[in-house]
Amino acid sequence: MTLRDYAIRYGFILLLFGLIAYFAIAADGFVSPQSAVFIFQSVAITGVLALGVTATLVVGGFDLSIGSVATSAMMAAAYVMVVLEQNAVVAVVACLLIGAVVGLINGWLIVYMRVPDLLATLGMMFLLVGLQRIPTEGRSIATGMTMPDGSVANGKFSDAFLALGRHRFDFFIPNLIPVSVVVLLVLAALIWFFLEYTRFGRMMYAVGSNERAAELAGAPVKAYKIWAYIISGVFASIGGILLAARLGRGDIASGNNLLLDAVAAALIGYAVLGAAKPNAFGTAVGALFVGILLQGLTMMNAPYYTQDFVKGVVLVVALVFTFALSGRDRR
Amino acid sequence: MGNDAVFRVGGLRKSFGHIEVLGGVSLELHAGEVTVLMGANGAGKSTLVKIISGVYERGGGGMSLVGHEFAPNTPAEAIRAGVVTVHQNINDGVVADLDVATNLTLDRLSGSSAPFLFNPGRVRREARAVADRMGLVIDLKARISDLSLADRQMVAIARAMAHQPKVLILDEPTSSLSSAEADRLFALLDRLREQGVAILYISHRMSDIRRLADRIVSMRDGVISGVFDRKPLDYEGAVNAMLGRKIHLDRIVARNSVKPVLTVDGLRIAPGARPISLTLGDGEVVAITGLVGVGKTALAETLFGVRKPLAGTMTMNGRPYAPETAGEAIAAGVFLVAKDRATSGIVGDFNIERNVSLPFLKRTSRLGVLRRRIERATARRQIQELGIVCRSEKDEMSALSGGNQQKVMVARWMSQAARLFILDEPFQGVDISARRDIAAKLRASANGRATLLFVTELDEALETADRILVMSEQTIVGEHRNGDVDMDRLLAEVAGGSLHGAA
Repeated sequence: MTLRDYAIRYGFILLLFGLIAYFAIAADGFVSPQSAVFIFQSVAITGVLALGVTATLVVGGFDLSIGSVATSAMMAAAYVMVVLEQNAVVAVVACLLIGAVVGLINGWLIVYMRVPDLLATLGMMFLLVGLQRIPTEGRSIATGMTMPDGSVANGKFSDAFLALGRHRFDFFIPNLIPVSVVVLLVLAALIWFFLEYTRFGRMMYAVGSNERAAELAGAPVKAYKIWAYIISGVFASIGGILLAARLGRGDIASGNNLLLDAVAAALIGYAVLGAAKPNAFGTAVGALFVGILLQGLTMMNAPYYTQDFVKGVVLVVALVFTFALSGRDRR
Repeated sequence: MGNDAVFRVGGLRKSFGHIEVLGGVSLELHAGEVTVLMGANGAGKSTLVKIISGVYERGGGGMSLVGHEFAPNTPAEAIRAGVVTVHQNINDGVVADLDVATNLTLDRLSGSSAPFLFNPGRVRREARAVADRMGLVIDLKARISDLSLADRQMVAIARAMAHQPKVLILDEPTSSLSSAEADRLFALLDRLREQGVAILYISHRMSDIRRLADRIVSMRDGVISGVFDRKPLDYEGAVNAMLGRKIHLDRIVARNSVKPVLTVDGLRIAPGARPISLTLGDGEVVAITGLVGVGKTALAETLFGVRKPLAGTMTMNGRPYAPETAGEAIAAGVFLVAKDRATSGIVGDFNIERNVSLPFLKRTSRLGVLRRRIERATARRQIQELGIVCRSEKDEMSALSGGNQQKVMVARWMSQAARLFILDEPFQGVDISARRDIAAKLRASANGRATLLFVTELDEALETADRILVMSEQTIVGEHRNGDVDMDRLLAEVAGGSLHGAA
């Protein structure tokens, strides 16, 4: 391998370690279990969303609706528990259903209605941003809120549901690892295994690379594409559940950054280990990268608006790694 | 015919990584002459063309045009200097979303002399002039994406002509043209030759070469291996120089089959077409030949389940066979090596191993989990079987030559036993030695299945098949046993009815 090959393969990992080393020196208390867990917790939700969008990237698509699916799921969870006064299981099932149905509709629009993926999911994004506000006429949902008809909602978030966002497992240190981090790790491992080691994952990559060849090899291409969007929708709704459990209310103002952060993580994942293709491991590293960057900057008291800028720079650099340096499309 | 060269290439070199593709190529083109460049796939023809046309940077050597140094850094520079190339990939030469008129005048839209405003009327006038010079009969308002491949090709060539080039390079221009369309192209090349244009014509097709060549230059392994310019031209010598060995037409010992595998009855693949009936037997290799556009691919796709027949029935091993999807066809043991491997065969992101296993992932996995050891063993076995030249089964497809890529496609479908093995234009863009390897492999392994080939070139059918069927106008019009083929009758059937006249 030439130096260039090494740069493509390990460049981004090196950058990650360099970043950790820099913050370890520059920011007090950056290197500690608590800080590490905080980073993981901050990336858990975007990470889950990013893993979902990775599935759509694999089949050559894209899902812009993930952020609004997550916030819709969050609002739905709050509505089910606070207004309808149901338990945690009903809330979780409702959220997952929303994710699956939105994914199904996205897939249907793209596969059967031939709407380009970016446009279909963009439309779905707007639709959901509006829809999630209709039941409460634009209000956030919290216990004791006044409903549009004047009644007061008396339900509350069940403890079991809140535990999803707030419980911490003991890991060497008591109360260390939050549930959301465990969810992230489990889902990352699952989707990684699915994409790399099962025939379904393999065929999804084939669909993304050459749809016609996959079809002539006997693959039900349309079904694979629709399933990719269903995976994306369900993952986004899991992210929404975690968000609701952390906040403990249905906050219409939260979750604005979810889409961009998740997409950034998935695209940064292209550059990890020179994969030059969407992959679960890369996405997880990408999410971690963004998390470390933001945590480090926060601890160094960088203003919030510089964080978006830095994120953008990292994304652009990652994309240069992927497309210019690895030069897949050139001879 | 002038004797002084208009265009000279001297000692041209080019390497990609460690692989030297051109090892010092020298070439002269003369005004008013058609120089044919022959070479097997991977000989370096395309690389040479891309350097001349300014797509690749050269690694060494020099070029001169009418005595001046010629060193284009971009394709646009080459064109402005008067060296125009029509590339093999047709869609590189046209913009699919624009209409014919705009495409024909596309190069006048940019450059310093181009007017600021786009004037549709003027564009159409200029386009009309270009089309008339070319003898191009086509609706100038039609969108390129609505045209057939052959028409797009004509537009691409006409567009190149619009520059009034001193040197015109054509890279396998007839590979997707019917013979009538090719005749139009040849007529035009004759006219350009008379006007004193130096033409470099790259082709595998002997019929083209016999029709056009004033000189033949053979290329092998990145060097010029022979120049033939004494009349009459020594075609066999040129082929020999290209391949480095004497090609001997193996006589086929035609086999008979007693056990039918697939019976097709009254199949109609196009509205108004006469129905097709045929029987394919165990162990026999059948070639269906015919011009481009007579429905060969449509028939292949119908047998493979990706296209629905309008009428008719099919029976496989005594049971009804009516596949709705490719998946069902594969499950029934019908495999198709599809035409045009780049768009419908190769998965570019996958290496050789993964390309081979693609249709049979279900059989290569347990509970959905892939068994990679089996996958690798299969790939290695198939690489051996077909003699695919590569470093390992992990090689990327883009690292392989066209012939080896095609071998991977054949290897893919031969990795499992087929009942009916269909190959649609399996020798397109494949060098002669790879073509012979594939054909020999098909014949050697033919027992236990029926093998059906769709080929446009008669030679390919004669070299490989036990039986040759001729297609014309979406149906089968003739049948021949290989060995005692009545060539006159066969050619008459290929040429068909009124469509192409006396071809």
